[in-house]
Amino acid sequence: MATKGTVTGIVSNLVTVRVDGPVGENELCHINLGGTMLLAEVIKVTGQNASVQVFESTRGLKNGDEVTFLGRMLEASLGPGLLSGVYDGLQNDLTTMQGVFLQRGEYTDPLDHKKLWSFKPLVNPGARVVAADWLGEVMEDWLPHKIMVPFSFDGEYTVKSVASPGEYNIDAPVAVLVASDGTERTVTMCQKWPVKVAVKGYKEKPRPSKIMETGVRIIDTFNPIAEGGTGFIPGPFGCGKTVLQHAIAKQGEADIVVMAACGERANEVVEIFTEYPELIDPHTGRKLMERTVIICNTSNMPVAAREASVYTAMTICEYYRAMGYRCLLLADSTSRWAQALREMSNRMEELPGQDAFPVDLSAIISNFYARAGQVLLNNGQTGAVTFIGTVSPAGGNLKEPVTESTKKAARCFYALEQNRADQKRYPAVNPVESYSKYLEYPEIKECLEATVERGWISKVLEAKNFVRRGKEMAEQINILGDDGVPMSYHETFWKSELIDFAFLQQDAFDAIDAVCPMERQKFMLDLILGICRKDFNFDDYEVCRSWFKDVINTLRQMNYSEYESEGFNNYYSTLKQQLSQYGN
Amino acid sequence: MATKAYQRTYTKLQAITKATVSLDADGVANDELALVGGRLAQVVKTKDKRVTLQVFAGTEGIPTDSEVSFFGEPPTLKVSDQLSGRFFNAYGKPRDGGPEVEGEVREAGGPSVNPYKRRQPSELIPTGIAGIDLNNTLVSGQKIPFFADPDQPYNQVMADVALRADVDKIILGGMGLSNDDYLFFRQAFESAGALDKIVSFVNTTEEPPVERLLIPDMALTAAEYFAVDKNEKVLVLLTDMTLYADALSIVSNRMDQIPSKDSMPGSLYSDLAKIYEKAVQLPDGGSITIIAVTTLNDGDITHAIPDNTGYITEGQLFLRADSDTGCVIVDPFRSLSRLKQLVQGKKTREDHSQVMNAGVRLYADAQNAKTKLQNGFDLSDYDLRCLDYAKDYARELLSIDVNITIDEMLDTAWRLFAKYFSPAETGIKQTFIDKYWKAD
Repeated sequence: MATKGTVTGIVSNLVTVRVDGPVGENELCHINLGGTMLLAEVIKVTGQNASVQVFESTRGLKNGDEVTFLGRMLEASLGPGLLSGVYDGLQNDLTTMQGVFLQRGEYTDPLDHKKLWSFKPLVNPGARVVAADWLGEVMEDWLPHKIMVPFSFDGEYTVKSVASPGEYNIDAPVAVLVASDGTERTVTMCQKWPVKVAVKGYKEKPRPSKIMETGVRIIDTFNPIAEGGTGFIPGPFGCGKTVLQHAIAKQGEADIVVMAACGERANEVVEIFTEYPELIDPHTGRKLMERTVIICNTSNMPVAAREASVYTAMTICEYYRAMGYRCLLLADSTSRWAQALREMSNRMEELPGQDAFPVDLSAIISNFYARAGQVLLNNGQTGAVTFIGTVSPAGGNLKEPVTESTKKAARCFYALEQNRADQKRYPAVNPVESYSKYLEYPEIKECLEATVERGWISKVLEAKNFVRRGKEMAEQINILGDDGVPMSYHETFWKSELIDFAFLQQDAFDAIDAVCPMERQKFMLDLILGICRKDFNFDDYEVCRSWFKDVINTLRQMNYSEYESEGFNNYYSTLKQQLSQYGN
Repeated sequence: MATKAYQRTYTKLQAITKATVSLDADGVANDELALVGGRLAQVVKTKDKRVTLQVFAGTEGIPTDSEVSFFGEPPTLKVSDQLSGRFFNAYGKPRDGGPEVEGEVREAGGPSVNPYKRRQPSELIPTGIAGIDLNNTLVSGQKIPFFADPDQPYNQVMADVALRADVDKIILGGMGLSNDDYLFFRQAFESAGALDKIVSFVNTTEEPPVERLLIPDMALTAAEYFAVDKNEKVLVLLTDMTLYADALSIVSNRMDQIPSKDSMPGSLYSDLAKIYEKAVQLPDGGSITIIAVTTLNDGDITHAIPDNTGYITEGQLFLRADSDTGCVIVDPFRSLSRLKQLVQGKKTREDHSQVMNAGVRLYADAQNAKTKLQNGFDLSDYDLRCLDYAKDYARELLSIDVNITIDEMLDTAWRLFAKYFSPAETGIKQTFIDKYWKAD
């Protein structure tokens, strides 16, 4: 019999419940508010009292109201039909909700139970299978969606029967499996999985070995992210965090993109589902929406569901990874999730850590980042979840708990800088302080050398060095004045400006400049490095400045023109003329 | 609020702080309203029998035997067309001597709009101020605050923007407004002949600070009535949100909550987001646009209030005095409208975004030149041109006194570019240079 309880205390969305039986940590319950069932999750148990966080507004709730425990944790429903979905943090389908306003206690099913899918078996009776092995396949729009042995099935099973090819809904049995002790279990096309538990069911998790192209030069060339890698983007407000993240979402080389809008602006989500159905995936030519799943818990939606939203999003990624797909998870912003943890810890009167955040914040963040990764499936195929989170540091100060904890967990660091944003140098990623640990991975080095060209890494490092030296020169020039430094200082400074303006800066709102494929990145880097390697020996810093400005202008016009088009080639000729004026 | 027959009353307070009282009571609902010794209060915490209420007007003079009566409902507002042209206090009671409003009772601070039912904002709100229209274009359904030091004329600018904007209703939520500023708004609206499309909810500095917490919910409940029920374009003005946040910190402090940064409650982000996220473009044409004021302490935007605000709102408009020209300008570096690309070049001329970027970049070069000058270095010819350009740019475009159309702003910018620079120095796409460059 289900455990029951009664409400004995309420502070905002933290409710204390006196229970009459066993309850589990993270177990869900329904609180009955005059017939409306509010979903809540147990976060602490002390004797007969359970503290639960309610995923809805608790307005009108009274002490004495009835609580029913559900005997399960928060689960995601996994099955065909998730693609192109727009869900809230608890995976309610927002598109099927009635009314303009979100009503409390209105829960909608994430999957369509009536829709028929054309099933094709992939195993024969007698086959030995374990959790996450593929039993069959349906076409989910363009994507061959594998029907797997549910992740929750422990041990080895023998396939007793599998449905013949045909049309089935997600609740229809498609296979019967027999466990080693003889018990039979039926498999449908839909399974549930607790979101806070990492999905296993793969053979091993090898180190990332391939880069994920994003079309953003400062990422792909300067600080590439690996498929199955992790990265984060911290930055003060107004530095282009969201624009950069959307650029990655639009252009990232992935089969499936899950966007978790966690405690952010609703209009940003609106932008996704307004524009993505029109925009084209540069890698496949399909509509972007066809590969996207949106999980949104915007900042005005219940705070407790913010935490759930990132876990739900990760679980959906892991589900598709188990089918052998490359998934990209973008969470904006993980700071809001951390703040939700802080609010709750605060209400529970726990002893606070730094900046009043809970003391286990760092562990929670690194556990979450650890769920990303490339995996080798039991059948030898590979899948990946690449995770990029944004962080919104209070006051733009990177010395705060969320940024510091994330820095320990993520392998790529894209530091957005107020100063660069003020100067409209977008993307405002600091080229000196940002890093990608993957550039040190032998596997990734080998991948880059093989796919881009031999010697590529040393070119990237050379370019980074030009930028670094230019910044040092800029400081010297600022201190000593234009006349107080040798001409070579000006030249070095302008070489770094050249790389900055013509390569690192990129116009995310220009149709052509927004996406820069690797081949074009290589061409531009070669061109620019060629200029940087020359000694110009200008007579006068004014001449140096104006010459470099002209060259920068030409290169920027090239960036705005279609690659190898007539316009592009004309600017290239102009550049050659400009180059012939000076240098040797 | 009228007292009702069935309500429960209690007369024994167990604890009193400056902002809250606690007592033992049964069947009390979270968030419900009550009268404590004749003052309005709201339930903020229950623990077994013990109920804690936040008393909006403060607890000065409240004795432990005060009568406490519960209403059985959260804060509400009566909505109808009768709201138009009226001035109310934080409780939604008339402060203009007029009659009470009759209408449908609506819960204040109700549920949020399903994000999927929203539409993408796409309608330009022109203000005539180039610092806004040219560099930080506003869009209906947007939420954006003015960041300004207390000595900046933010209320005047906000009134100008409101009266020039083409909207159906303007709703003023005044929190801790000085009596002078309250009268200023009244007079500005009256003299513009716009009184019939204004609804005001005002808490002045003379009234208790905790009352301010009700203002945004009241203002936005009225806004939702006009935007959702009547499909109107509504502009909500909230001034000053810093004082609202201060009131939040008073209450959380009295409830012994652990403060986070700058002694603000840990929930500040969510509290502010609940208000600002009411800004919306609805599917049936109605919209709520929020323009707020967040006063700063000496331009410090890293303080928790402007910082959290900046993460929530769709940009900010930063006012400051320009020492070179003596004008108050909309700072092009610190200001930002996140929705501007939804209208720039789409609802405005094609060259808008490139002209804007070039104008700001050259102004940044002028700031560098100024630094050089201050450090005692010789200036190059380019530096000198930048400095001259910056003065014209500030006077003719950034100043809040400007009132011209967007095409005029763009033409002004092209004229200034041609006056001081070569086409290449502006870095603008060649196709636009060919079309718009104003060679002498």
